[in-house]
Amino acid sequence: MNPTNTKETKSTSSGNMKFPYYPGCTLKTTAKNFENSAIATARALGVELLEIPRWNCCGTVFSLAQDDLIHHVASVRNFIRVQEMNDYGLVKNENRLVTLCSMCFNTLKSTNRRMKENAEDLQKINELMYREEDYKGNVEVLHFLELLKSLGYEKIREKVTKPLKDLNIAPYYGCMILRPKEIAIDDPEDPTIQKDILEALGVSVIDTPYKKVCCGSYQTVKDKYIVAELAYDILSHARKKGAEALTTVCPLCAFNLDQRQQAVKEKHPDFEEMPVFYITQLMTIAFGMDKDVFGFEQNYVDPRPLLKSKSLIED
Amino acid sequence: MEDNKSPIMDRIAEANKAATTGIDAKDIENWITIHIMGKAYKVPADLTILTAMEYAGYKFVRGVGCRQGFCGACATVFRKKGDYKLQTGMACQTRAEDGMYLVQIPFTPAEKAIYDVTKEPYEASVFIRYYPEVTRCVSCNTCTKACPQDLEVMDYVQAAIRGDFDGLSDISFDCIQCGLCAMRCPAEIVQYHVAQLGRRMFGRYGLGVPDHLRKRVKEITEGKFTDEMNKLVSCSTEELRKIYTEREKEPE
Repeated sequence: MNPTNTKETKSTSSGNMKFPYYPGCTLKTTAKNFENSAIATARALGVELLEIPRWNCCGTVFSLAQDDLIHHVASVRNFIRVQEMNDYGLVKNENRLVTLCSMCFNTLKSTNRRMKENAEDLQKINELMYREEDYKGNVEVLHFLELLKSLGYEKIREKVTKPLKDLNIAPYYGCMILRPKEIAIDDPEDPTIQKDILEALGVSVIDTPYKKVCCGSYQTVKDKYIVAELAYDILSHARKKGAEALTTVCPLCAFNLDQRQQAVKEKHPDFEEMPVFYITQLMTIAFGMDKDVFGFEQNYVDPRPLLKSKSLIED
Repeated sequence: MEDNKSPIMDRIAEANKAATTGIDAKDIENWITIHIMGKAYKVPADLTILTAMEYAGYKFVRGVGCRQGFCGACATVFRKKGDYKLQTGMACQTRAEDGMYLVQIPFTPAEKAIYDVTKEPYEASVFIRYYPEVTRCVSCNTCTKACPQDLEVMDYVQAAIRGDFDGLSDISFDCIQCGLCAMRCPAEIVQYHVAQLGRRMFGRYGLGVPDHLRKRVKEITEGKFTDEMNKLVSCSTEELRKIYTEREKEPE
């Protein structure tokens, strides 16, 4: 298959910086609103996220077992696709692979680190994938937040046409972009990257120590009430500090903190619902974009009443 | 059996004759040795695996079908002399080579889900519901290597996981359901049935009803073909046979 035939390449607007972009399965299903709002905000900032042709699932979790190489094959195959994008000229000397989903970021970056540090592991994986060109170890995995930071908060501020003033937001980071510290995109003990972006949008940022407390992750599959208790702590603490909503960059955190509020209410009848945004959804509003890209219909707790009360959206 | 004497059965029997029937062994110049289930046989060169095995004396009831590479019934596993790799193919489309080790796979006893596409949501969850194993894919690409149609099987499994019905249908369109992907998959995914579910869903929800079909259904409902149909129904067997043999045919 010729990667130049992909429909993604046709939609690029010229002049923008082009980055290989890894969506991940969730961004194509339950987190479409994250993908759409991120691609739109990136474009507004002069960045084109080019979906990797023939990408596959990242592997979902980074396998920690020393001898479990087969579960790293999926990630490495995606890095080979990035090499191919350069070979075919879809991007020019751009080995930075941008991700949106925190889980994908963690899996891809951890695998990449192991491949760069362990030549024997890389050789074994390359030999298993003898039909592919070898992965040369040159890809750099970048989270979208890091990309925004590298563009500069000033540039974000310049694009704001509708400042999100009077909106009190607590950024929530979760684990996957902060731990282990070797792959962290920010200070794992006191991250500020979301705060800096939100401040550029005009948001009143609420800091809470719960911003890096685990949401319960995949326990949500086994027992939703484990997650519900954690979500209760995270959300009610944010509310006590004056937050009206949370932001996240992780579809799994979003599910646990947003959809699981239903389970929170079962256990805590006095609990008051709180919207959970992808940070890029707030960016699309602040940038004055069309409501079609907001994607609020995929949010469980409808954030529109809050936004309307602040006169940030019309209907 | 009475049926065996009918002309149609004779023609099928004729078509099923091994390719070398009627040629004297002394007139065949080039011979190869193949190993069928571990036993060596000398057979003429230039045969397909299927005809080579028939020459050796095997008679296929299952594990054979159209003999044209379309039906997917004659899945085969083989290894070449001096090679460690197990390879796969369709026996009717793969040439027998000297030193080959062969076996036919008559059937893949894979699970096939029962569903009603009109009642399923058009989203990735339909795959998780009926074939949850798809999420175990580690992207090892073994399925792709096994595919005798050279399809990018792994890519369509990945398309299924993310609910890309269009992509799945496009990539898997030439699948002949031989089952070799499923036989080789370390994650025990039933790729070819997953693809069929995906294509059915795409046909139901992704494509919409085409204009020409809508038009034809309207013509039928309005009775355009009623007279012609009634005429056919009232025909005798003899008359029907005459109409059939004299029907308008596409040029060969």
